[in-house]
Amino acid sequence: MKLTRLTIEQLLGVDKFVVDDQEAHIRLNKEHCDSCETKPCTYACPAGLFTVKDGAMSFDHAGCLECGTCRVVCPKAGTALIWCYPRGGFGIHYRYG
Amino acid sequence: MAEEKFTAIIVGAGPAGSTAAYVLAKEGHEVLLIEKGAQPGSKNMFGGRMYCHALSRIIPNFWEEAPLERPVAREIITLMDGEQSVSVNCQDLNWTRPPYHSFTLLRAEFDAWLASKAEEAGAMVACNIRVDDLLIENGRVVGIRAGDDEMLADVVIAADGANSIIAQKAGLAQMFAPHQVATGVKEIIEVPSETISQRFQLDGNYGAAQLFVGACTKGMQGGGFLYTNKNSISLGLVVNAAELQRNQYRVPDLLEDFKSHPHIAPLIEGGRVAEYSAHLIPEAGMGMMPQVHGDGIVVVGDAAGFVLNLGYLVRGMDLAIASGEAAARAVMAAKSQGDFSRQGLGIYRKMLEESFVLRDLEFYRKAPEFQENRRLFQTYPKLATSIARRLFTVDGSPPVHLLGKILREIKESRLGLSRLAIDGWRGATWL
Repeated sequence: MKLTRLTIEQLLGVDKFVVDDQEAHIRLNKEHCDSCETKPCTYACPAGLFTVKDGAMSFDHAGCLECGTCRVVCPKAGTALIWCYPRGGFGIHYRYG
Repeated sequence: MAEEKFTAIIVGAGPAGSTAAYVLAKEGHEVLLIEKGAQPGSKNMFGGRMYCHALSRIIPNFWEEAPLERPVAREIITLMDGEQSVSVNCQDLNWTRPPYHSFTLLRAEFDAWLASKAEEAGAMVACNIRVDDLLIENGRVVGIRAGDDEMLADVVIAADGANSIIAQKAGLAQMFAPHQVATGVKEIIEVPSETISQRFQLDGNYGAAQLFVGACTKGMQGGGFLYTNKNSISLGLVVNAAELQRNQYRVPDLLEDFKSHPHIAPLIEGGRVAEYSAHLIPEAGMGMMPQVHGDGIVVVGDAAGFVLNLGYLVRGMDLAIASGEAAARAVMAAKSQGDFSRQGLGIYRKMLEESFVLRDLEFYRKAPEFQENRRLFQTYPKLATSIARRLFTVDGSPPVHLLGKILREIKESRLGLSRLAIDGWRGATWL
């Protein structure tokens, strides 16, 4: 009866991406992340791309939905997190929107 | 450097950019519309509904050719607390007849169509191109740079969406604060057309639009939304970014929780998720509006923060389309004067003020402040559902008249009558 809960991996799995293997459009300076106490990106990112593994920040640009939430909530945006859109033609490709 | 010089280079083929391109191209101007996605619309998402009035004026009877989903016949507002909910449900079939009031739609298809209208009118549409920088000479924007390519124009129209990189590079906008924007997430859930019509009590292809307040955001500032498309349901949440920064709720979990709420689960039962999307929404209205014009540049649509959220009504596309039209007309006026300076393009701001865009945003100037009140997302949904429960429960306990029931719930909410009166007054006069 009930629609089962989907994991973030399942949700991103239905989306179409053209992943840019050469250039990451979001870059982290992780030494800043390590000293960040709240790490709001780990909760706020709709794609759940920011995770803490063994005490260190882990990030993968491949499933990015390009919303810009991380850039807004990062307490050290501009230094800890350098954000731009993917190169033309790369990234999320919405078929519905 | 390229020798060709456009009247306007428009960055972003969303509704604002494509409208500006369409209007300019139709009047015979050389226009370049640049889109970073593989197709116009492939980077765009929204909740789900466009009010028709703005586009109707530019492309009369657009509904005869545009890819649209359903004309909205039913509006529902739902307050949620725990497993309880109270709804206001309103239907008006006049909305479903020409000139239609609003349509649900899907942006990938719709934005591609609007850009194709601009292309048919003579605009050059270039996809797969990310604009990296503005070309600035003597403090004046004279074109754009994309990779190694440089292109020149009398005016650059920044239609690059909520993150407004171009307006920030031009020094017209500052990076916004978290409380000024919200994150929207949405799932497209495929459900057969007849099932949608049955579940929402809709005749034929008519549509429903539903907004939710309360438990869906765990009491955080924001809300839920649901729009019925032809064969799918657009279901999502909007949460203020400052709330996301403060609270440790994972956004995808919030949406999955919302989907499994007893009010929502039966509506999407049997459905298949076809897409998951996210986008930033400017929410602070006049409080975050950049300078909308500079030397050789104007800012339109989401990039200028042209979104209006009244809680019971959310607008963006109509404001974007009208601002794109105003930008086009301002560029043409500036061209006839041969003056693309900040002053010469000042006519854009004047046109916005004379149109409904800045009239409405100015009129509802205090709406964003009203919605910073946490009681809207916690106390009031709880109060409304508990009053409703008392009204409809029969369990053998002694009878109490309506006024008594309501006053007792207000007392138990610990809200205080004066606070209720202030919030009520503000709601009635600010929204």
